[in-house]
Amino acid sequence: MNMVQQESPTVFAPWEDPEQKPLIRFIDVTKRFGDFTAIESLNLDIYEREFFALLGPSGCGKTTLMRMLAGFEAPTEGTILLDGADIAPVPPNRRAVNMMFQSYALFPHLTVEQNIAFGLKRSKMTKGEIADRVQEMLRLVRLEPFARRKPHQISGGQRQRVALARSLAKAPRLLLLDEPMGALDKKLRQETQFELMDIQEKTGTTFVIVTHDQEEAMTVASRVAVMDHGRLIQVATPDGIYENPNSLYVADFIGEVNIFRGHARALGDNRYEFTWAEGKAPFTAVSERDDIPASGPCSLAIRPEKIAITAERPEGALNAIEGTVLDIAYLGSTSTYHVQLPEGQVIKAQIANNRRISRRSFNWDDRVWLSFTETAGILLPGHG
Amino acid sequence: MNLRRALLIALPYAWLLALFLVPFGIVLKISLSDMALAIPPYVPTLDIAAGWTGLKEFFSQLDFENFVFLTEDDLYWRAYLSSLRIAALSTLITLIVGFPIAYGMSRASDAWRPTLMMLVILPFWTSFLIRVYSWMGILSQQGLLNQFLLWTGLISEPLTILNTNIAVYIGIVYTYLPFMILPIYASLEKLDDSLLEAAEDLGCSRLQAFWLVTVPLARAGVIAGCFLVFIPAIGEFVIPSVLGGSRTLMIGKVLWEEFFSNRDWPVASAVAVVLLLILVVPIILFQRNEQRQREQEQ
Repeated sequence: MNMVQQESPTVFAPWEDPEQKPLIRFIDVTKRFGDFTAIESLNLDIYEREFFALLGPSGCGKTTLMRMLAGFEAPTEGTILLDGADIAPVPPNRRAVNMMFQSYALFPHLTVEQNIAFGLKRSKMTKGEIADRVQEMLRLVRLEPFARRKPHQISGGQRQRVALARSLAKAPRLLLLDEPMGALDKKLRQETQFELMDIQEKTGTTFVIVTHDQEEAMTVASRVAVMDHGRLIQVATPDGIYENPNSLYVADFIGEVNIFRGHARALGDNRYEFTWAEGKAPFTAVSERDDIPASGPCSLAIRPEKIAITAERPEGALNAIEGTVLDIAYLGSTSTYHVQLPEGQVIKAQIANNRRISRRSFNWDDRVWLSFTETAGILLPGHG
Repeated sequence: MNLRRALLIALPYAWLLALFLVPFGIVLKISLSDMALAIPPYVPTLDIAAGWTGLKEFFSQLDFENFVFLTEDDLYWRAYLSSLRIAALSTLITLIVGFPIAYGMSRASDAWRPTLMMLVILPFWTSFLIRVYSWMGILSQQGLLNQFLLWTGLISEPLTILNTNIAVYIGIVYTYLPFMILPIYASLEKLDDSLLEAAEDLGCSRLQAFWLVTVPLARAGVIAGCFLVFIPAIGEFVIPSVLGGSRTLMIGKVLWEEFFSNRDWPVASAVAVVLLLILVVPIILFQRNEQRQREQEQ
């Protein structure tokens, strides 16, 4: 829903349109702290009205990237362009960029209202305009009744919304969100994610969010950049990252995945024969990638929900293996079955719990068949 | 369970009663008595053996004569005013000197902080009296300061600092500086750096961020520090008598002279009671500030 703009029925994908000028361009940006390289010659374009997520484990450089946009760090090499202009000489207090801090950084001595008005008072707005804008912001985040409270008198979720309102009050060209939902519990986090998307759409602001929570990134973002060790591993839409990861790292980082390591041999027509164990029938996989060797080491990554479990070997299934149920993780809406193959490898398969748990078909130690289609798996070169 | 609770509450109150209220009662009683050439040097003394009549006799002899006397001789109220002025001005100077030190400490790297903290506390390892006396050696006509200034050529005649009010200010600021630095440092140390970044992000210059964020958040520490300097400085006796001159008028000195030179215990006690009444106001304000700060931190 966030990808479709209400005013036009076409899919929102400015990154596919060569005519579009990006709002932000990172050109060969490198950032070093002493001997440590936080960001290594990174190139990235972010477009107007995008909800862009920087995703990666801690220490991958995502926060450094954001702090360079805010102006708290300067790139060691390379250029960052905002609206086509180099932002290096612009100090943080003069950038049309605002940031929502992970700790919220609300001023404890000021009320909710005063916190939101703080940035506006530094601009040339009149008192009346400031008051109107503060009211508008309070309405946007539904905090009107709490306007006169101090930050320590409201809940964590409310504080988060104050921080959001404060950073949006100056109508920045770009809003940076540093782990905005890190301090909220799971339920509140999910509600807030949709609220955030809603606000992003209403205000039309470009959002860049830093997170280590892949579910959060997938939910809110129009595009996700997966980072590791100061490099961008893959930049794509959430479904692109999930369905077509470009590397084992991304496949493994996003969601759950089973990885078979083996040998691929081209059969022509984008089809490959994938040998993964001695004496086992090879799998058949389809891949449109052009970097799969005609014959060479490859890995096959398969999501648990793309694997079916049956008691008997399904008729006509191209890829099927037999194993023993080792463990069943009951997650409410779904169950994940851990099935051990005779070779020792444990495969995860997920099925929807569309019948009551007392009537489930398989139990511990049952012999089962796992099967998947030739397009279910993702063939990747090398063994990662 | 209830007994234990009662005991827990009773203990500090018993302590307070024994070490504050009882001595205060005694001083108050002396202040209502008359001077006498006797041991102890005042009348009346309570004679419990005389029973009810003795008690009546005892209370009938108490009066407010000494307090009336304090208003008649202008020495006393001038000493009170002078003490308040010296205490207020020293507090201000201590704040001006102490705030930058506390700020610097709070901005220092984690590795340096314990060392800096140690340096602030270090003077307490030496007796307060010795430290005040050593200032005599620094400030006197032939003292280190004058020798240094003469050597640099900044002055040609030695300055008279010792035995003036300036020496008293120097002494008070020096002695009470840690009491100003520590509470301010405590409040600045808690300051989250991201608050300053947020202020900058919202359009403040560094200086504006300092005034709009750092200073207001240090307020509680500043107030606490000011009271911790101001309250003891009013009644200060050692510093004005060692470093001050004959013209330095401070109530602590007057009190001492009444007690030990004049042996007029009743008047001295009256001076002490009035001093305590003057101090009650800032002490209550100080407690309020502490309480408000605690509430804010919850």
